[in-house]
Amino acid sequence: MAQALVKPKIPVEKQVLMTVNGNEAVAYAVKQSLVDVVAAYPITPQTIIVEKFSEFVANGEVDTVFVPVESEHSAMSACVGAAAAGARVFTATSSQGLALMVEILYIASALRLPIVMAVANRALSAPINIHNDHSDAYLMRDAGWIQLFAENVQEAYDTTIQAFKIAEDERVLLPVAVNLDGFFLSHTLENIYMLPDESVREFLGGYRRVSKVKVDYFDEEVPLALNPARPLSFGNLDLYDYYFEHKVQQVEAMKSVPEVVREVNEEWFKLTGRRYGDGIMDGYGIEDADIILLAMGSGAGTMRSVVRKLRREGLRVGLLKLRMFRPFPFKDIADKLKNAKLVAVMEKGISPGSYGPLFLEVNTALYELKERPLLVNYIYGLGGRDLVPDMVENMVKGLFKELETGLVQPRLRYLGVRE
Amino acid sequence: MVVKTLPEFPVKKGEPAYKLWIFEPGEKKEMPLVFNLRQLAETRRPALLPGHRLCAGCAAPIVVKLASFAFRGPTIVVTATGCLEVSSTIFPYTSWAVPWIHNAFENAAATASGVEAALKALKKTGRLPYDHVDVVVFAGDGGTFDIGLQSLSGAAERGHDFLYILYDNEAYMNTGIQRSAGTPKYAWTTTSPVGSVLPGKMENKKPIAEIMVAHRIPYVATATPAHWMDFMKKVRKGIEVEGPAFIHTLSSCDRGWRHDTALTLEVTRRAVDTCYFPLWEWTPQSGYMLTDRSLAIARNPKLKQPIEKYLELQGRFRHLLKPENKHLVKELQELVDAAWEELLRKASNAPR
Amino acid sequence: MAQQAGWRSLPKGGVAFRLSTDYKTGDWRALKPVIDYNKCTKCMLCWLFCPDMAIVWDGENVVVNYDYCKGCGICANECPVKAISMVPEA
Repeated sequence: MAQALVKPKIPVEKQVLMTVNGNEAVAYAVKQSLVDVVAAYPITPQTIIVEKFSEFVANGEVDTVFVPVESEHSAMSACVGAAAAGARVFTATSSQGLALMVEILYIASALRLPIVMAVANRALSAPINIHNDHSDAYLMRDAGWIQLFAENVQEAYDTTIQAFKIAEDERVLLPVAVNLDGFFLSHTLENIYMLPDESVREFLGGYRRVSKVKVDYFDEEVPLALNPARPLSFGNLDLYDYYFEHKVQQVEAMKSVPEVVREVNEEWFKLTGRRYGDGIMDGYGIEDADIILLAMGSGAGTMRSVVRKLRREGLRVGLLKLRMFRPFPFKDIADKLKNAKLVAVMEKGISPGSYGPLFLEVNTALYELKERPLLVNYIYGLGGRDLVPDMVENMVKGLFKELETGLVQPRLRYLGVRE
Repeated sequence: MVVKTLPEFPVKKGEPAYKLWIFEPGEKKEMPLVFNLRQLAETRRPALLPGHRLCAGCAAPIVVKLASFAFRGPTIVVTATGCLEVSSTIFPYTSWAVPWIHNAFENAAATASGVEAALKALKKTGRLPYDHVDVVVFAGDGGTFDIGLQSLSGAAERGHDFLYILYDNEAYMNTGIQRSAGTPKYAWTTTSPVGSVLPGKMENKKPIAEIMVAHRIPYVATATPAHWMDFMKKVRKGIEVEGPAFIHTLSSCDRGWRHDTALTLEVTRRAVDTCYFPLWEWTPQSGYMLTDRSLAIARNPKLKQPIEKYLELQGRFRHLLKPENKHLVKELQELVDAAWEELLRKASNAPR
Repeated sequence: MAQQAGWRSLPKGGVAFRLSTDYKTGDWRALKPVIDYNKCTKCMLCWLFCPDMAIVWDGENVVVNYDYCKGCGICANECPVKAISMVPEA
């Protein structure tokens, strides 16, 4: 977290210090964001978000209509209906729940509905496992959603509020998934600073404003919503004559996302004094690093502490924490990694028969460079396996040795698995 | 405000032939339920525009048309994937004169839950410029009996205020006539073909309307487009009750049922005349009540026609009319009779 | 046929931008309904039941809009006085 050089609009003394876990932090963020509809289904480790939010509803602390659906499939379906009707909408899920939603995730993004969803990341069955990894997030990587990853509870809170602003931006109009590592963040208490309600509302510009669209049968632009004053049809059948164009339109909308994420990150910084790199990624000691670790989520915190220690010992190692996985910032990644000798992509997910999904993206990003760093893929933490600082330290030291010998093989490795 | 893309069919009196339903913000009039057809024709236009590409003779657009004549004001329509959905909104065209959304196949009721929740939230925060916006779902038998049952049951249990109209054409017609839980026993479909061993579908039709009664929602009814006045009354009741309402309409598919396109309404009329598809409504207060032709049959049992009258019009039952299958027809007759007798016992307005 | 819109000009979210009244389904027709106005009692059932909104009440009579009529024959079948006959298209 960068220190504020200029005094933020709401200095920390005006912010509210609370001890909450990641799920509660997200629930508070949603409470402050003037959300109209929350449709969600309980699943570990996300459940606390729904529970906490239900309390706000039961105590009349929010105007939000809470829809306690009978499945995640219906949760996302209800979100689609509510967002199409012009509401600001939130849901939360994990793992199997996300898997059940997948069909509707694609529909939500194609209909350009700015839904925000918290994903308390958890491994996918089988074997059934309630603990953290990023398999669920990777499952939705092609669904047309913006995917942001939080490193700590503060970031989960901040990112949830920012997500509404990003999703609803005219240039974007796409749903956002805010990922927080199950248990490591969802159930871990941290002291965080929350904004006063009014500041969040002002930051978001009040209630959701629906964007406009032009169709042939109305003279003027009309609200892109289910509106009895200007009827529109959502979810039409496209044949081969239009489907392709609509898909390209989605791809093009994604192109505006990095710019908006950066702007929102800066705006947040001016408001709160907190920012996360440029909003897309945050480097630590990467400028002179021979070896750079690249990671997403809470694991980046552990790695940063190791990197800090090793740098004090004189090792030229750095960490690039990636906050935005979709859209994937290929060019920025290549720029940040281009001077390293070796990059270790650290990830909590694997595609059997391939590498980790993050590795493939980084590999693609580096292909554009004339001189590329060596690239290895470490799979760690599957099913909630803890990442211990010593493991990272030994790994980095080992990599330096490999660099000396010049032989870096194999490319796909595991960290913390028994043979 | 509306660009003149609607055809100007010469009309001497009353509304233009085709129009979009526009409710300007703040407009709060309730549309009366009109049964005088000339008056209706001069004052009301259906929510479905022509140019839709449903097959000639399909009953689904008649179901939508009649239902929309009973809408009371601003209405948002949700449709499940199916014939109606794909044929009415082939991009760049839409046939819907009202706000309309299709999400997926199995989630029309969940989508409607979301729309209704949004309307509630907008109203709560003073952002809904209408007294009330009604939510009406149209879904086929696949999207209701089978893949959409969980979503429907969930929405019914949660008590969302919407009317769900099932247009039951008794098979997966959109994919080419495959059997569904709505397909009646011994009907031919492409996945319950009539072979040398099997005489069509071997299982009974799922009693979907009674499943909805078991949810104890405020209103459940059965209807057909042929009994139009009865249907329109039921639609209005379903919209007026607070909470979920469900109407099961029998909606013939001439391609799948294998009958002449002109007989679409005739065949559903016979479904009622033979008591294969009795007309009733149910509320928690009144219980089962027979309506229209079925009430007439209850009062005068001589009006009840044998099941052959229903089967004989349809190619999907043609095999049953062969002499060697007489026993199957007898079995179907017994099933119909037993269900009818049970309904007579349950219906509070049936003569004792 | 007019040039189809590309991705830059299509409305967002895949919402339809034209009304289906621009799409004429009348050419599907093999049989054409013809109303005998001497028999017609203006009971309006054909108007009510037409699945294609192709029978229009003009304020004085029911008139077939052949732009949309698919020729299903429901009107002829439902007409209580048999004032509608289905005639093969020329």
